[in-house]
Amino acid sequence: MRYNLSNKYKAIVIGGSAGSFQGITQILANVPKDFPLPMFLCLHRLKHVRHGFVEALSIKSNKVIAEPFDKETIKRGAVYLAPANYHMCLELGNTVALSTEELVNNSRPAIDLTFESASYVYRDKLIGILLSGANKDGAYGMMKIKQRDGLTIVQDPKESMINAMPNAALAATKIDYTLNVTQIIDFLYELDKLYKTA
Amino acid sequence: MDDLSPDIEITELRRLTQVIKDKYDYDFKDYAMSSFKRRIKRVLDLYKFKNVDKLISVLENNADFFDEFVSEITVNVTEMFRDPTFWKILKEQIIPNILLNHNKITIWHAGCSSGEEVVTMCMVLDEMGVLDKAKIIATDIDTAIINKAKNATYPIKNMDVNSKNYARYQGTRSLEYYYKEANGEAIIHKSLLENVSYRKHDLVQGVVFSKFDLILCRNVMIYFNQTLQNHVLNKLHESLFKYGYLAIGSKESLIWCEIANKFIVVNNEEKIYKKVKD
Repeated sequence: MRYNLSNKYKAIVIGGSAGSFQGITQILANVPKDFPLPMFLCLHRLKHVRHGFVEALSIKSNKVIAEPFDKETIKRGAVYLAPANYHMCLELGNTVALSTEELVNNSRPAIDLTFESASYVYRDKLIGILLSGANKDGAYGMMKIKQRDGLTIVQDPKESMINAMPNAALAATKIDYTLNVTQIIDFLYELDKLYKTA
Repeated sequence: MDDLSPDIEITELRRLTQVIKDKYDYDFKDYAMSSFKRRIKRVLDLYKFKNVDKLISVLENNADFFDEFVSEITVNVTEMFRDPTFWKILKEQIIPNILLNHNKITIWHAGCSSGEEVVTMCMVLDEMGVLDKAKIIATDIDTAIINKAKNATYPIKNMDVNSKNYARYQGTRSLEYYYKEANGEAIIHKSLLENVSYRKHDLVQGVVFSKFDLILCRNVMIYFNQTLQNHVLNKLHESLFKYGYLAIGSKESLIWCEIANKFIVVNNEEKIYKKVKD
């Protein structure tokens, strides 16, 4: 095994912005269909376009992707996408909470809010993955995940179309693995195996 | 990174909400935890309070601070014509349906914030030629924001996104028709808002004060936990005439509320419901 893994993890959060679309679609196209952990995607998107993004991400996806409603109960293995013009947070009691609070890092949805709230709920049982992007959103969130002993992964800045976001996270906190997208997929496969042999 | 402030503990928030309940009779106990915690952290940062205990002691000793505190923890982010398709449905279906059977229409903006949605409603009614048939009540928990709503004066830079929304809504005029510009601000013509009355009202503890044909409560209940959402939905239900309409935010849902069966979905995309049972 190449990664120091365990089956203690309960959820995965993934953040991305400019240049992350290709990476995220590859991940979704290759993640095992029955991958057991819920995944929360916070991707920067146009604020006033409610439709089309789920559909675009779904074309090649192995997983059904849904934009959650406020206070929706989190289901095993489901994939949630932060809706346009809402922040998506995790709430104690296994639900999603949406919010129309101020922009954070000039973004709504903001990756920092998804990551921070998820790390509060899942503590050391959370994996954070930050992909390509042009600002520093997600760096604070990754720091909170690390502070709470979760696992942190950034897309290799060399592979990222725009590397400001992974670099900001690398500067902000300890990152456990710097991986390209193919390796992130490998990582998810290895993780998946642990849940099936357990 | 600079994040030296320790995490806010739930026990601290419990103490805070209890003090507020005892001293001011506002109940924040059932606000959604993730956002409430963030709002409190925001207040700590803003006033440079070193922890929740400091905030508690200020609230205990300085009653003047309470209004300011309420202003800071409530979320006041809004736009004119937010979700343009929602306003289009109101104009083409919902309002005409109400006026089919009545000569008047009563509307409640529950949680009106700085009033952009109220202004929007009046523009829609005006374009339909039925503004004089409307009686509109706009309420909020936050006194300062109600005054802002009354003034109906907005930074001109906000009018950019408002105008874009208006274009998507396919309004028959241009937004400039409704305001004059002075000192970098858009001042909405007062005549547009003649049928609106504004008042302070707390959805959580306030009483049911009237009945309406249409209630807008969009992206307000997302700041409550499910217990409180149920409680508030009961009040909204009671505040509607039978066959009246309730509109909530596009990513809110009634389906897990206890009295969901007293409503039918009129438009699932825009989250417009109709009360069908008392």
